[in-house]
Amino acid sequence: MTTVSVVCFTLLSLGALAATIRVVIGPSLADRIIAADLLLTVFVMGIAVQAARTGDGLYLPVMVVVALVGFLGTSIVARLIEKRGG
Amino acid sequence: MTVIASCLLLAGCALALLAGVGVLRLHDVFGRIHAATKPSSLGLLLVCLGAGFLVQGVTATTQLVAVVILQLFTAPVGAHLLGRASYYSGLLGSRTVLDEGNKPIPDSSQDGID
Repeated sequence: MTTVSVVCFTLLSLGALAATIRVVIGPSLADRIIAADLLLTVFVMGIAVQAARTGDGLYLPVMVVVALVGFLGTSIVARLIEKRGG
Repeated sequence: MTVIASCLLLAGCALALLAGVGVLRLHDVFGRIHAATKPSSLGLLLVCLGAGFLVQGVTATTQLVAVVILQLFTAPVGAHLLGRASYYSGLLGSRTVLDEGNKPIPDSSQDGID
C-alpha cells in the first residue's frame, strides 16, 4: 500500500505541476481559472489517497468543503469574465 | 480487496495526470475546459471508490459518496458557465473550424451584476 500511495502522489504531483504551469502562463483569465479548478480537484484526490493510505477519514470533511467552495469560485469568476471580458 | 483498491487509486491518479497534460497542451480555452473537466471527474470517482474500499466507518464512506455526487453535479455546470463566458468574450482560437453559436451579445445589462 505504501508503494501504491507513493506512485499515486507522484502522478498527482505531476498533474498539479502541469496545471500550475498553465496558471502561470495564462494567457487569458479563463485559462487560469480552469487550471486552478483542476488544481483543486487534484488536491481533493490527494486527500482521498491520504485517507486510503492511513485508513481513517480524518480529513474527509475537508474534501466536501473544498469541492463545494471550488464550484462557487469558478461560477463567480465565470460571471466576471462574461461581464468584463477574458 | 487491497489489490482492487490499489488499481482504482492508480487509475484515478493517472487520469489526474492526463487532465494536467491536456490542460497544458491543448490549444484554446474550450479544449482546456474539456481536458480539465472530464478526466478529473472520472479520476475523482475512481479515487473515491478506491478509498471507499480502505477507509473504515459509515461516516467516511458517506463523505466520499458526497464528494463524488458533488463533483458530478458541479463540474459540468462550472465548465458550461466558463465556456459560455469565454465564448461571448471572443476567446475562440484561430484553429476553430466550425462555430455554430451565432454569437450575439448576451444581454448583461439585465442580469443585475455590475
